[in-house]
Amino acid sequence: MVRLIDLADGQEGRLVRLEGERAFRRRLMELGLLPGTTVRIVRRAEIGGVIELEVRRARLTVRTSEASLVLVTP
Amino acid sequence: MSQAAGATRTLRVAVAGNPNTGKTTLFNQLTGSRGKVGNYPGVTVERHFALMPLANEYGDVGEVMLMDVPGTYSLSARSREEQLAIQAVAGLHPLERPDLVVCVVDATQLVRNLYLVLQLIELGLPVVVALNMSDRLEETGQALDAGALTEELGVPCIPIVAAKGTGLDTLKRAMVAVLREPELGQPGWRWEPDEPLLVADVRSVVKELPREWATDEQRARALALWALLSIDDSDELADIPPGLRAVVQRKRKFAEVSGRNLDEEIIRGRYQWLDARAKLFLRDTGARATLTDRIDRVLLHPALGFLIFLALMTVVFQALFAGADPVIGWIEGFFAWLGGVAGRALPTGIFADLVVKGLVAGVGSVLVFLPQILLLFLFLGFLEDTGYMARVAYLMDRVMKTLGLHGRAFVPMLSGYACAVPAILATRTMERQRDRLLTMLVVPLMTCSARLPVYGLLIAAMVPLGGSGPFTQGLMLAGMYLFSTVIALIAAAVLGRTVLKGPRVPLLLEMPPYRMPHLYSVVRLMWEKSFVFVKEAGTVILACTVVMWAILSFPRHAGNEALEGLGARAEAVQDAIEGRDPVASVAAADQRIAAERLQNSIGGQLGRALEPVIAPLGFDWKIGVGLIGAFAAREVFVSTMAVVYGMEGADESSTALRERLRTETRPDGARVYTPLVCLSLMVFFALSCQCMSTLAVVKRETRSWRWPSFLFVYMTVLAWIASFIVYQGGRLFGFE
Repeated sequence: MVRLIDLADGQEGRLVRLEGERAFRRRLMELGLLPGTTVRIVRRAEIGGVIELEVRRARLTVRTSEASLVLVTP
Repeated sequence: MSQAAGATRTLRVAVAGNPNTGKTTLFNQLTGSRGKVGNYPGVTVERHFALMPLANEYGDVGEVMLMDVPGTYSLSARSREEQLAIQAVAGLHPLERPDLVVCVVDATQLVRNLYLVLQLIELGLPVVVALNMSDRLEETGQALDAGALTEELGVPCIPIVAAKGTGLDTLKRAMVAVLREPELGQPGWRWEPDEPLLVADVRSVVKELPREWATDEQRARALALWALLSIDDSDELADIPPGLRAVVQRKRKFAEVSGRNLDEEIIRGRYQWLDARAKLFLRDTGARATLTDRIDRVLLHPALGFLIFLALMTVVFQALFAGADPVIGWIEGFFAWLGGVAGRALPTGIFADLVVKGLVAGVGSVLVFLPQILLLFLFLGFLEDTGYMARVAYLMDRVMKTLGLHGRAFVPMLSGYACAVPAILATRTMERQRDRLLTMLVVPLMTCSARLPVYGLLIAAMVPLGGSGPFTQGLMLAGMYLFSTVIALIAAAVLGRTVLKGPRVPLLLEMPPYRMPHLYSVVRLMWEKSFVFVKEAGTVILACTVVMWAILSFPRHAGNEALEGLGARAEAVQDAIEGRDPVASVAAADQRIAAERLQNSIGGQLGRALEPVIAPLGFDWKIGVGLIGAFAAREVFVSTMAVVYGMEGADESSTALRERLRTETRPDGARVYTPLVCLSLMVFFALSCQCMSTLAVVKRETRSWRWPSFLFVYMTVLAWIASFIVYQGGRLFGFE
């Protein structure tokens, strides 16, 4: 199990667990990031500190700090 | 519902959906130019509404009231906007329940968008789904069967392209159908909790729901699910009955100790329902690498993307700063000319003065903002329409987040260097009220172009030209820019953690696909913004100009002035006899009269009254008069000072006024404008909110006097403290 941000660009992972406070976990789940869901890293912006994901065919950008609270299996 | 019922009451249609799904575009397409803007009761979140006739071959429901709902991914609420969304669609206090909810859905991100649709259906609201951006399914490698989706959801699902107006007739037909027969859009439960423990939890919560919320059993259970997802120790929800709060918290505790996660059970239930059916209406067609992906490889490239971004922002800034300048000059020239014409046409006196210096100048001071507003919204329209604006937030988020600002605040902050007024209007591109407010509160600290004439005059008075002059002057100006920027960033960090402390919201950006901008929508945006500015902020600015004029012109002692005028003319005769230039001495006398009139006016008296307050900053009462005059607009300080010193017509580049400042002395013979006083005065101008137009626009955007008052007070206090430190600190170190 690794943190989502440790995946390489273009790599997919299966979501295992969400950490962080409730509002954050609930929001991610409501956007479709539930345990068991496949997440792919599209690209990341080092300067901007954000990371673009693909979940259920939808694109979503989250902060690197927040993506580190998402645990996946590659 | 019968047709007769529809005729007796205006039906209410809410337009809901995720953020960035084209809700506003659809709203405008449906209502044309009939839209009005108001506020949600009690908060300063904007609410658009419009009456539109809704009739077609399927039937006639008369006029309906269309209302937009803040964009939201879900009805579980934490922020103000989210709570408004649930109040507006579910018809909770104080808003009425809509007769129909049109849920706008981004067809290319279908499943995620349908999550909201499921919640609306659960609440028993009649729903019509507008599948927007359906023309882009193909390029994203998807094929959607709207018929199958309609079948599965049990509500009409209509593919549309809001930006092009495609599919709107079909959508309206579906709206009419559901308004006439609500059952067509109320299929009953799609997903329903079936795990026995969750069912039991829902049942317990239902018992505590206020009677007026739960009008039927389905709605009661849906609201119970909503409560279980929304309520916790740190939510900011208003009007939750204590009994309801208690039962939800008890149920959540029980679930937690027994290793269950209520949020996950509910959300997973909905998503499993959707995922299980997705293959019935959504098909993968393969083609994946879209044009957007290829463009993003360049524009979001860690190095190249950033350079392009900087180049683009330089163009925007340069255009606002320098490009608008000639047009501003023409507008000012025109109103000066108009004032001259009016002044000559009207008999000399108070009325002519009111027309020239109050009304004409006032209208001019409103219209003078238009070039920059039009230009900024031209850029914003293009940035937003092409989809680049979301990328700006993507590129700038880390920097802006450290300051507590939204990534999208970057463009307004940058335009603040040109003028705070268009910059504040531009905060609208942010969804959350807190982000908008925070940006509005710090933008006026940026060094806007109206401060430049003041700095120009004071720097010139401080550092005589020649020698190291030009170089030092340039450095000082650069220093003022740096100073204001640093203070603005600190203010953002402080205000964001104190006054505007809100729940930490995870950043969720969507990268919309790149699109060709629609000229029509850009022009419409420019027109709307300018119109709203002229109509709403303009009236306040005009009124303030007239008040300022009155403050600086009354009371006047007509008798004294007439006597003085006679005296001056007698002197002129004397001059002519003795061979001196009579015109010059009449002009000198006129200027003396103007100076005296200003000094005796309410403004002049206020300046004197202010003296004890501003003396610790090194300012005398004449500077106080200048500060009062500057409230009309900062650059007015220069012309007010010119009048105070009896040099009407001088501007910041005229050497006479600089010389006058340099030689001005206090009663004890000491110089007034020492370098330290000039610096203290510049610091005061950098930080104080000497701009009624800014306050008028903040009032307009927040729809209350609370925030402009706060802005004025906090900036003035900040300016006073900073100037005090500069002046008194400087004196401690022996500067003068």
